[in-house]
Parts: sequence; structure tokens; C-alpha cells
Amino acid sequence: MIQDIKKERVVITGMGIVCPLGHDIETMWQALLAGKSGVAKTTIFDASTFPTTFSAEVKNYDVAKFVKNPNLHKDGNRGSKFAVGAAVQACRQAGINVETDNPADGIDRKRIGIYLGAGEGAANHEAFFGAIAAGWDNQTNVMDWTKWTDVAAVQMRAMHELEQEANMPAAHLSMLTGARGPIRSCLTACAASTQAIGEATMTIRRGDADIMIAGGAHSMIHPLGQTGFNRLTALSKRNDSPQTASRPFTASRDGFVLGEGAAIVILENLTSAKKRGAKILAEIIGYGSSSDAFRVTDMHEEGRGATQAMEAAIADAGITYNDINYVNAHGTSTAENDSIETKAIKAVFKERAKQIVVSSIKSSMGHLIGAAGGAEIITCVLAIRDGIVPATINCNDPDPELDLDYVPNTPRKMQVNVAMKESFGFGGQNDVVIVKKYQD
Amino acid sequence: MGRTRVVITGIGAVSPLGLTSARTWEGLCAGKSGIKRITKFDPAKFSCQLAGEVEEYKIQQYVPKSFRKATKMMSKDIELAVIAADEAVRDSGLITKAIDEQKINVNPQRMAINLGAGLISCDPCELAPAVAKSIANGKFDIQKWGKEGLDLVTPLWLLKYLPNMLACHVGIIHDIQGPSNTITCAEVSGHIAIAEAAETIARGDSDIALAGGAESKVNPVLIMRQCLIKRTTSKHNDDADGACRPFDSDASGSIFGDGGGIVVLENLDNATKRGAKIYAELVGTAQSACINPVYEHIEADGYGLTIAIEKALAQANISPKDIDLIIPHGTGILQDDLAEAKGIEAAIGEETKRIPVWPTKSMLSNTGAACGGLDVVAAVLAMRDGIIPAAKNCVKKAVGCNLNIVTTTQKTNIRCALCCGYTYGGQTAAVILKKFEN
Repeated sequence: MIQDIKKERVVITGMGIVCPLGHDIETMWQALLAGKSGVAKTTIFDASTFPTTFSAEVKNYDVAKFVKNPNLHKDGNRGSKFAVGAAVQACRQAGINVETDNPADGIDRKRIGIYLGAGEGAANHEAFFGAIAAGWDNQTNVMDWTKWTDVAAVQMRAMHELEQEANMPAAHLSMLTGARGPIRSCLTACAASTQAIGEATMTIRRGDADIMIAGGAHSMIHPLGQTGFNRLTALSKRNDSPQTASRPFTASRDGFVLGEGAAIVILENLTSAKKRGAKILAEIIGYGSSSDAFRVTDMHEEGRGATQAMEAAIADAGITYNDINYVNAHGTSTAENDSIETKAIKAVFKERAKQIVVSSIKSSMGHLIGAAGGAEIITCVLAIRDGIVPATINCNDPDPELDLDYVPNTPRKMQVNVAMKESFGFGGQNDVVIVKKYQD
Repeated sequence: MGRTRVVITGIGAVSPLGLTSARTWEGLCAGKSGIKRITKFDPAKFSCQLAGEVEEYKIQQYVPKSFRKATKMMSKDIELAVIAADEAVRDSGLITKAIDEQKINVNPQRMAINLGAGLISCDPCELAPAVAKSIANGKFDIQKWGKEGLDLVTPLWLLKYLPNMLACHVGIIHDIQGPSNTITCAEVSGHIAIAEAAETIARGDSDIALAGGAESKVNPVLIMRQCLIKRTTSKHNDDADGACRPFDSDASGSIFGDGGGIVVLENLDNATKRGAKIYAELVGTAQSACINPVYEHIEADGYGLTIAIEKALAQANISPKDIDLIIPHGTGILQDDLAEAKGIEAAIGEETKRIPVWPTKSMLSNTGAACGGLDVVAAVLAMRDGIIPAAKNCVKKAVGCNLNIVTTTQKTNIRCALCCGYTYGGQTAAVILKKFEN
């Protein structure tokens, strides 16, 4: 019989991050609180002639700094390598041994699972475009597949091809940790890692695992990714001022800023965490998921699905909207998202809407796409821990239509007991996770 | 919370053997292979020139009139999901917005969708005019692409290729407003999507869920990828029918193809209340991973599969003695077939000699994220008809494989069926179906 939910409490016992603001939790957090921006001219590929010439890159990252056997990950795509670094940090904090066949941590590997919201590896663009160029006859508009194959078969590399598959970051984490519990990977656009952490919470609740390594890993800073988003006119084109380009909830917002990275949390059954004496960082108390079922191109105008997911998460947590202190927004800095998200928050928080504290760290970090929700859930935990909410930077010219408290430009010292993370993906994917200060 | 039973009340399939589950099942029973020489592009210089292609269809026939315009934004992967979902919903007797807007008998907020999808690879021809515009000194030039080429890419191009668009299009067509997820665990995505959809019902987040997967592997980039990773066979370009040989001593690689397999999962109370026909009960699901530094193959003892099968058996509260059919992943890659055989054998022990094992990929081809959905549909139909068709192309069982591969069609009562899968990268899954008893 398919297992019902047993209401196991699920806590966070480790966190790790590799993102444009740093390669560890504290560096990222200090940069965030200092209002720094991780955005700059794109260097991963030559984007100088693209409509958008900047992005939020992870700089100077070397997976070998995190592992003894970097050879096992050397072919990994950017997302896989980021995931390994973030997972090493998270496991270390949680006391889970990595890179060993004989772990001394006493945890049965069959009871450790993985759930990632992970994206594709970049194509080998020279080969990809080169093969098309070789095969295409522009006069007849016909592809000569023989010529295409001559280039593709020589220039494409087997391991690079394998690493484009979206399940590979999870494969690298099994290799790293020896995890043999339920392993899953999802890709629901910008909502993926919030969904992964939500579903991983459910995996522990129903007893399928004691520990879940959950979060996201993604880099879409590659020519095809940026082409796609530029053509959708989703990206900011503020090329003269990259660091102020991500400006959620302002009147002058003109699109999101592409980022990349990995964010991993260790979720654990409370009983297991206590038994191991693990330090408990926070508790995950609610998860809600819905779909707009509206249009693949647009969010539902009234934020129907977003509202439904928030309400489902609140109901799942067994709280009311009055109990929530902080909303970590999806806040992409696109005209559509910020406006509809504001509507949805108003629908959920009703008379309290203007009191609720809402901020978007995408203003600093950019949009990590599949990895965004994971990074943002980590921020919720840190806000709870330190009693401070990160600001929405670049928030200088409020949009008169958007009238919530977006924590403009200066972090807010305040006690956060319950924080809500919401993520919305292309196609109408809505996922919400609620994090609470841990109390015995 | 009460004990929730999850049953299958609708099935849909599109495969190289036909555009419906009925046609697919007919082909399987007749031992037909859907594998042929590739027609979608000229494969002359590919080491593997074969694939399982789906016959022609008109996608407009599978969507409501109001949605016809949106079919322009569908890649083949999305179309295959839409076709399989259309059949599954109609078969279940549920009336969604797409079936008849006046007679809807479902609550959209209580419906979930969970599909396995591949990383959709774009059509090189679609980008070719933009690439042609970006040539400088005879070579592709990224600066020219950014300046001129990019503008020739159709504005909604990216939305055709995001994996979650399968579930989004199907969700919009049928107005599915509950939880929606897209599992991207390559060849085991469909199995996992079915498991997670069932969990959504079990935990009370939905009453009904569409689950399974779809993928179009017949794309020059994806076929080239599999050729380069050496997972395809290059020995049978003149012998399509005998090309994919799961568990056979002459197995030399897999053959890839297009397909979609989607089932309607439903809370038993809901199904009973509306008098739905019930195909089978979903009683056990589990996942694990094989761990192998050679990521493209699973570990030699298939241990990750053993774990998944043992856990699924425990969840189903049955023993191997209760299983009368196993549909394995059986890719026709000898090394992986042997590892899978060992992994299954370790889980079912002395029942290995008895339990009929029926691989389907020699006929359906390896349809990636669609495999799990297609195999579950096949298992459901085998259970309904009490027939296990003969395995195709397993003429001389590979040494080291102790499984009871069925070589002749068997008429038998199937109490429980196990579908299992794995993928490059290592993820594994097992799904157990049980004949429905009230």
C-alpha cells in the first residue's frame, strides 16, 4: 500500500551553498546583509553582443577544494560541480561522512535519500552550432545530415554529452555520499528546488528516509539558455548598470538577471537528528504545490495558483497566515511576476498584507533558476537564526501599484519565527515551503 | 488519517507500435517490433541508424478547438504526452474541461499531474537559419549570433524545450490545478513520476493524478549522444527486427525511440463512488541508486535495483512468491542487462526460476522517460487479459542471467506485477501493481 503521511517532524541539520555571492554559507550571508550584488559582465561565454551582456556568475570555483577525489566529478557540468561543493558543506555541518565506503557516522545509507531540482548541463556550443553550420544549406533550407554528422561525431565528446542530462547532479551526489535511499530529480523551471525540498520533506514524513539531501543545482548561463530568455524578453537589458539591474518591485524593473549555483540542505527526521546529537538549524513545517493551468507563457492574472499553493502550505503547516513573519519572495524583477506575486500575497494575508515583511534576494544574487528556491530557503533559515531579514536592494523607485513592505535597501532586524518561501516557474508551477524556528 | 488505496482507472499509450494502448498491446502480443531505419533525418553516418518512431498523427485531433493554436508551441515530447494523456483521461471516464466543458465531473484543484520528461533537445533545423546568419570567416561566430542570429529564433522557442512543459500543456488542456511535478531522472523518470503521483493521493493532496512520462528520443542530437556514449548497437543496421536483444547473449546495445505512457491514478474511494472501472491497484513503489564511477553504466551487481525492489515488496506487504510478472528495464546493453539480472535475482531469490520476466524494449525501443509509463500500461493489460507475450530476440539467454525470460506467450493469472527501471547516472525504481480486489 502506498504510504500515508506519518507526521514525522522534519528539521534542517546542515546547509551548503555555491552561488554568485560566495562558495559558503557565511560568505554569502554577509554579502547579502551588506547589500552586495553578484552581478557583472558575463564571462562564461562572449555575451557582448547579446541583448543582455551581464549575469550573476559563480566565480573562481574549483570543486577540487571540496573533495579528495575530484576525478570522480571532473566531467561534471557546472551544476553538478556546484552541487558537490554545496553538498560537502551541508554534510559536514550535519555530521554525514562523504567520500568513504566505510562511513563512521552510523547512518545507514539506505536511509539517506536525495532530491534535487536540477537543470541541464550546457551543450558543447562549438560542436552544436558548428555541426548545424556545416550541414545547413541556406539556399535550399535543407540539412545535409551527412555533413552535420561529420562534425558532430568528431567534436561532441561522450562524457560532455552525458553530463548534459538533468539527472547527473543527483548522480554525483550519490557518488559523493553513498546515498541509497530514494533518489529523485525534478525540473519544474524556477520552482524546482523549492519543490524538491518540499517533496523531500514529504519523503521523511512518510518514513521513506531519515535524511534527505535536498536542494537545487543549475546554470543556464550558456548561449542557448540566454538566447531563450532574451527571446522571451524575460531578462533585464540594463547593460550600462548590471549591479542595479535586478530591482524587484520597483517601477523601473525590466526583467530578471540570470544567475547560477547550487544550494543544498540536509533534511532530517527529528528523532534521528536528536539521536545523533545533530545541531538543529530550523524546522520545515509546511509544503504546498499547485499549477495555474492557465497559459504556458503567462502566470494566471489574479495569481490563482500562487494563492492556492501558499494556502496549501499554510494548511499543511497547521498554522494561519497570522503566524508568518517573513515572506521570502520569488521576486524576479519582471513586470509580471512582481505584480501578480503582490496580488497573491494580498489574497493570502488579507488585512495583514501591508504588515507582512517581504523581500527578494534575487536583487543581490540574481535568479539561480532551478537552484533559486534552495538558496532562498537557506536565507530563511539564516533570517530565523540571526533575527535579521535581508533587504531587497536596488529598491529605490517604488512601483505605486506595489505597496507591500519589501524591505527596501536596508536589512531589517526583527525576530523571525516563521518564514514562507514561494517559488513560481514558467508554465504555472507554484511551490511554497514554510520554515520555522526550531522549538523542542 | 485513514489508509488510502490508490488504483489505476485509465491508461494511455503512444508508441512505435501504435498511437493507442490497444494498438500497442496488439503489437506486443503479436511480437512485432516498432524499430526501423530512422526516417526523421538521414542516419547514414550514425553508428546506429535505427530507432522506434511513432507513426504520423495530427496533434490538433487530440486537443480541444480552443487549444489548437497552442499546438504550435509543442515539441514532439509535449505532443506525445498530450496524446497519451488524452487517451488515459477518456479511458477513465473522467470528464475534464477538454473532454466536455459542460459536463465536468472532476474538481480541478483535487487533480494532480506528475510526468517524467527528458531534457528536451531542440531540432537543429529550427535553429539553422539563425546559425546561418551567424557565420563569419566560414565559422560560427557567437558575436554575430548575439547581434543577428538570435533575432531569427522564434520568441517562444525556449518554452518548447523546458521539460516541465509536458505537464503544463496537459495540465492546461485538462484544467489540472493541483500539485504538478516533472521528474527528470532520465530512463527511470516515468516510474518515479507514477510513485510520486500516488504519494500525492496517499497524503491527501489530490484525489486523482495523471502520471507517467513521454519523450522523443528520435532527435539527431540525442541519438548522437547515445552513440557516443556507446549505449547503442551498431551491428544491426540491416536487421531492425533483431536489433534490440535484451538479456540475449548477442545483445550489443539499445535502440532509442519515441513514446508516451500515462495512467490515471485515483483514490479508491473516489473511483468506487463514481463507479469507475479499476484496472489494478498500485501497492508498492520505491527508489534507490546504483553507484558506479562509470556513470553511464550501473554497478555490476545491480545492488541499487535490489534495494528498490526489496523496499517496494515490503511496502506492498507481499513476497516474491506473489509476483507473477516482472517487466525489467532490459535495454539490450549486455553489461547493464547482466547487472540488472543480478540485481533482480538478489531481490527475488529462489523465485527467480519461476517468475516470468518480459522485457519490452526489443519491441517498443528505449523511450527514455516514457519507459516507465509504457511498461506500467503493458503490465496492466497483461494483468487484465491474463497474457504474458513472448519476449522478442532473447534467443540464447546471456550467460550469467538467471532470470526466467519468457520465450513463448503464456496464459496465466497475474496476481502482482513488478516494473523496474534504472538509468545512466544510477537512479533506480520499482513499481508493484496488484490485481484489484475489493
